[in-house]
Amino acid sequence: MGVIEQARPEGWNRPAVITPTGDGELLEVAMGPHHPSTHGVFRMDVALDGERVIRLKPVFGYLHRNHEKIAESISYLGSMPYTDRLDYICPITNNWAYALAVEKLVGQEVPERAEYLRVILGELTRYQNHASSIGFLIQEMGASGTPLMYAFREREKILDLFEELTGARMMVNYMRFGGCRVDASSAWLDRTRKVVAGLGGFTDEFERLLATNEILMARTQGVGVLRADLAVNAGVTGPMLRASGVNYDVRKVDGYSIYNRFNFRVPLGDHGDVYDRFMIRLLEMRESIGILTQALKDIPGGPVMSPTAKIRGFRPKPGEAYGRIEAPKGELGFYLISDGGPNPYRYRVRPPSLINLTILEDMCLGHDVADVVLIFGSVDIVLGEVDR
Amino acid sequence: MKTVEEIKSAIKAALPGAVVEIAPNSSVSGQHSLRVASESAFAVAKFLRDDAELKLDFLSNVSGVDWPDSLEAVYHLFSMEKKHGPVILRMHTVNRTDKVELPSLTPLWRSAEFQEREVFDLYGIVFTGHPDLRRLLMWDEFKDYPMRRDYVDPDDFDYEPTAHDEVLKRVQAHQSAIAGQASSEVGAWV
Repeated sequence: MGVIEQARPEGWNRPAVITPTGDGELLEVAMGPHHPSTHGVFRMDVALDGERVIRLKPVFGYLHRNHEKIAESISYLGSMPYTDRLDYICPITNNWAYALAVEKLVGQEVPERAEYLRVILGELTRYQNHASSIGFLIQEMGASGTPLMYAFREREKILDLFEELTGARMMVNYMRFGGCRVDASSAWLDRTRKVVAGLGGFTDEFERLLATNEILMARTQGVGVLRADLAVNAGVTGPMLRASGVNYDVRKVDGYSIYNRFNFRVPLGDHGDVYDRFMIRLLEMRESIGILTQALKDIPGGPVMSPTAKIRGFRPKPGEAYGRIEAPKGELGFYLISDGGPNPYRYRVRPPSLINLTILEDMCLGHDVADVVLIFGSVDIVLGEVDR
Repeated sequence: MKTVEEIKSAIKAALPGAVVEIAPNSSVSGQHSLRVASESAFAVAKFLRDDAELKLDFLSNVSGVDWPDSLEAVYHLFSMEKKHGPVILRMHTVNRTDKVELPSLTPLWRSAEFQEREVFDLYGIVFTGHPDLRRLLMWDEFKDYPMRRDYVDPDDFDYEPTAHDEVLKRVQAHQSAIAGQASSEVGAWV
């Protein structure tokens, strides 16, 4: 046959079925949809045996607005501002993934300066996403305020840069098929260099504050362990996957845009627990600073929009394309089918936030209900992308 | 990585009974896909996952597509171990109305669990063998499939306090449809 027989028993990738021992009271709790730790409107139906979680079913859809249907009824470019609203913490990377998919569909080249700008903005986005995600995680652990506000202080500097360049802090609508909407001035680049020069000091400060904190270590180490084989099978991507020790980063694997020009490492975890996920994000922040420094040094002059790019009457030839990037939360992909018309025939978002939640139950089973909040926080989701 | 033709002949060699054909992609992306008959889809998918050379251990994306005469599920497969991809697997239902079953690939790749639920929810493809096939985004009592191209909004105009133009026409059509039980509320809009 040539096929390796599956060594594992059937159903190895399903969550365990736990029968209550009868020691504690059986209780069903609906965590959410309005729970401060759910990052929006999200519900977990949790069955508890005393304090122990014996079943957990996530419930989605509170923020569903059928983004894909909207995109199929408007032009290709018309969806660009809508992608900002998917993962609203990282609008730049959403723009980028969509632009990349359309550029694949029509074979559009992107000028070098635009690629550099994309990388700079993308890595700034990654940095602020990871910083605020760590901040939220610590906030949910009970450290009210300080770490989150430290993270937001840096995020604010980065959002100011976004605002100056694109006109909006979050809803940037910055990329176009074949480049970027506006060019960055040299004053903006200088200011960015200044901000990036300060990020290293902040990362050190953040790490000193948190990494060896006794309470954080006690609450996170060994909690919410995700095995590498299950992570791969469940399609988990991004820092969560790498915290489980799987070396898979789309920036390295695909080398899309100009990422193969930069020198950076892919940090990997050992245990796949909440602490590893926290640490991987911290290490990725450092790698982002490295990429930013190189990109800001090398950025060439030139146009930011390809002269061959077509804006009006944009009708791709019939066909399809799947484009993906390494967004801060995982692999963000767009799958487009064109029938030759001005609207996509099929527009599909591959949302890393939703797919990373597939194994939420597996990670939470057997832990205390207080740890569910932490494990959920370590997944790092945004409901705008989960529900679309 | 192997080309689709080579993958197809590898499948044919390992599974002689499998019905596989190549669905060419005319766009410049050059991502051709493999169309499999739903009867042999599970075996083909298992082969693609376990074959030592392909090792497509990572199912990235599951999409539903609504074509005029059938529904389609498209699977984008990658390999995390060999770092290649995508291999695209597609399967069709017989029609759009009553024969909408396809085999679920969730037993092979857990990542299909929520995505197949979403396709079931929005397109109405029934995945046989799925361990927990419920609606994902819409509520359980919802009847229709919103991503189908012939989907019409339900006759519910509560959201439009001042109906005009096209919506007004639909309100009037709605009113005449429920003429017997027309309430003063509806009349107040017009």
